[in-house]
Amino acid sequence: MFSYILRRILIAVPSLLGISFVLFSVLALAPGDPFGELVNNPNIPAEVAAALRAKFGLDDPLMVRYWNWLSAMVQGDWGFSFISRVDVETLIMQRLPITLLVIGSSQILALCIAIPVGVYAASKPYSLFDQVASTLAFIGFSLPTFFTGILLILFFSIQLDWLPFVYRADIAETGWRFYWEHLKQMIMPVTVLGLFQAGSWTRYVRSAVLDVIRLDYVTTARSKGLSEKVVITKHVLRNALIPVVTLVALQMPAIFGGAIVTEQIFRVPGIGSLIISSMLANDTPVIMAVTFVFSALVIACNLLADIVYGWLDPRISFA
Amino acid sequence: MDENGLRGLIEQVRVKDISRKDFIRKMIGYGLTVPMASQLLMSSGIAQAQTASSYKPTKRGGGGPLKTLWWQGPTLLNPHFAVGTKDQEGSRIFYEPLAGWDNDGNLVPFLAAEIPSTTNGGLSRDGKSVIWKLKRNVLWHDGKPFTADDVVFTAAYAADPATSAVTIGSYKDIKVTKIDSHTVKVEFAKPTPYWADPLVGNLGMILPKHLFEAYKGAKSREAPNNLKPVGTGPYKFVDFKPGDMVRGVINNDYHEANRPYFDSIEMKGGGDAVSAARAVLQTGEFDYAWNLQVEDELLLRLEQGGKGRTNIVPGGNIEFIQLNMTDPWTEVDGERANSKTKHPILSDIAVRQALNMLVDRDGVQKFIYGRTGVATANFLNNPQRFVSKNTKFEFNIDKASALLEGAGWKKGSDGIRVKDGKRLKLVFQTSINGPRQKTQQIIKQAAQKAGIDMELKSVTGSVYFSSDPANPDTYTKFFCDVQMYTTTMPQPDPEKFMDQYCSWEFATKANKWQGRNNTRWSSPEYDATYTAAQSEMDPVKRAAMFIKMNELAVAGVCIIPVVYRPRTSGAVNNLVAPLSGWDNDLWLLKDWYRNT
Repeated sequence: MFSYILRRILIAVPSLLGISFVLFSVLALAPGDPFGELVNNPNIPAEVAAALRAKFGLDDPLMVRYWNWLSAMVQGDWGFSFISRVDVETLIMQRLPITLLVIGSSQILALCIAIPVGVYAASKPYSLFDQVASTLAFIGFSLPTFFTGILLILFFSIQLDWLPFVYRADIAETGWRFYWEHLKQMIMPVTVLGLFQAGSWTRYVRSAVLDVIRLDYVTTARSKGLSEKVVITKHVLRNALIPVVTLVALQMPAIFGGAIVTEQIFRVPGIGSLIISSMLANDTPVIMAVTFVFSALVIACNLLADIVYGWLDPRISFA
Repeated sequence: MDENGLRGLIEQVRVKDISRKDFIRKMIGYGLTVPMASQLLMSSGIAQAQTASSYKPTKRGGGGPLKTLWWQGPTLLNPHFAVGTKDQEGSRIFYEPLAGWDNDGNLVPFLAAEIPSTTNGGLSRDGKSVIWKLKRNVLWHDGKPFTADDVVFTAAYAADPATSAVTIGSYKDIKVTKIDSHTVKVEFAKPTPYWADPLVGNLGMILPKHLFEAYKGAKSREAPNNLKPVGTGPYKFVDFKPGDMVRGVINNDYHEANRPYFDSIEMKGGGDAVSAARAVLQTGEFDYAWNLQVEDELLLRLEQGGKGRTNIVPGGNIEFIQLNMTDPWTEVDGERANSKTKHPILSDIAVRQALNMLVDRDGVQKFIYGRTGVATANFLNNPQRFVSKNTKFEFNIDKASALLEGAGWKKGSDGIRVKDGKRLKLVFQTSINGPRQKTQQIIKQAAQKAGIDMELKSVTGSVYFSSDPANPDTYTKFFCDVQMYTTTMPQPDPEKFMDQYCSWEFATKANKWQGRNNTRWSSPEYDATYTAAQSEMDPVKRAAMFIKMNELAVAGVCIIPVVYRPRTSGAVNNLVAPLSGWDNDLWLLKDWYRNT
């Protein structure tokens, strides 16, 4: 087991290096430059942008810049944003709690919908409930979030005027009003993301349960005279959830990465909106840090999923 | 009325033969606007009547929160590092310049006690120095007094190349010295008619010396106050998250009575312009939204909700077409569009004049831009004192065809004109942007009818407007026959705007295409007029020179002005927010209040 984890971690190092190099070169090759706006402003002499480029090392060759970035990163220095001249970790730490809160709640919402609905639908396959649930699930993951998001805004904010559609991380209220305001503004983004995720997970849970429910041991359990509830929760669900756990584990990095589109629509100041504004501004250090942490999390969560899988299903060995 | 007549009248006002009011009334009779007439007086050294402020509240505070929405949030709060206007706006909540620009292009004092002029002795007659008297009893947010040392320091801070301030251009060639604790002298190397550039407006916000002194030069990035501004403005800093939120709270020691009105201010960033317009005009969730780059049709629809209104403020930005004077299709000395070459088709002025008549400006305004783009024949459209009244435009396909016919461009069998074996075919590029592609279509159709084959090309904005020397599709390279974009004039003086047609500004390989003249059009007369205007201290003569330059460029048809673009923003109905096209949206934040 230990040697397995060690082996996986050792394999991860070259893949992370490869990922970072590819990211860095793609960003370097992409058009645009962080000081483009300065260049287009007639009041700012061209030398100003040139001096800034030189100061921030943007004129160095690609390999030199990559090496500088990599050696700083290894020492824990993530660099600073060209645009706001703030350290990258400060920017990320400001955004992270909001992303964790909003995306995290949406994932929990998705699980709370997907598991009961999926299990119930699978236990009565092709019943009316199953048909309706499947149709809704299909609609759920077919509709893009930018569409459902705007639909919700038009209905709940503009027609009914119930919910705000601009997310404000700092609310100047205290006590219960503070929580109430936070809750109100979270409803729409969390619903949009949660329902989208629930759609695909419901389908997944349903098919996983269906695979298990026909197995002989379930029939045995039933013939022993166990109640349907016990059969489903104790015998079926446990085994059916093994692949679902993997799926959820693989989804974990998304909680860090945020949801670019949804954050943009509701102005949620999370990691997703940080990365999109950094991309638009060609702010390489921020983009590199966020994408690199994200890819590291993907690799880590993959490893975690594999380990959890082995722990849940003893048939799998790590030898 | 000619220059002499005008001078006579101004003199009469000076010796109080006629009153200001009479003068202005007379000028209106000659077709001048009030601001222009008043500007003439001010520029001639006659003190300007202070714009009567419409500020009503009679006590400080009590206005509750002011919620503003900036769809691109500020990313830093040091005005001398501001990458775009969004950063200047965020800084403007807390910092103030010596003076700001009102909507007519006049100076309004903030930290200055008065506006320097030749009459009050502030402005030297040779244009080489300005003396600013500073307001007394102004306190920084941390309680320290504001003095001349802060002004001198700010100029030195911005001028230091190691600081990497983006405002360095305004400070590197000037000398700022302290005369006494509340007087500073700005000296210029040569006569400078536009003396109100440093220390004024969005480039002139003053920093506190006691907090930034240790961070001048190479350590500038480490200053803790880059993120926690301490200024003299109407609101004190509370909290800042780059790109997301800036919050401020009322400054109870603000140096003007009864101001500000609101108890706190919040600037929320992110999202897009359309939903920002919705949040203000339709739901009223926010009080003010900046830079509503939204189609006018939609703005009108949102306004029908009755919660808010769109503010349209004239400024100097113009959407215009450039015609390439050099040959973009052949490489000479390793450079396309080499300034030594001549464009095979567009060097014929008849073709350029015909194109000028094929642009349906009224149609573009009516069907595309609405209130956000006004058809114009001029390149220089504001402030009013610089605007030519002699130019006009016309959309006439028949006349354009006749002109081409007369110049020897005959229609071939496919309907496209040919002369000396050259087909009249042009490639027309612009950035990808809905209104621009629609405008391209309108022009292409008219050109087709006149026998010009126009191929349309559109380039992603981030490429087109980049400065990447390796990319052939940037607007400064202009490796194309015709192109269209908006050029900006952020300040009320046109000197840095009109350099776009000077022959020494050619964008070439040698200057990495950083020259400002993309059309590579040149005229000795234009060059001479521009050089003369650079040191002309008489404002009336200088204005006449800029009017002439505009006319030269328009008559030379190296450009075809299409529409000038006022600034648009949204506000809820009860918010009173005086805006200016020559300064930040928040330039007069101290005077914002709510009608109750």
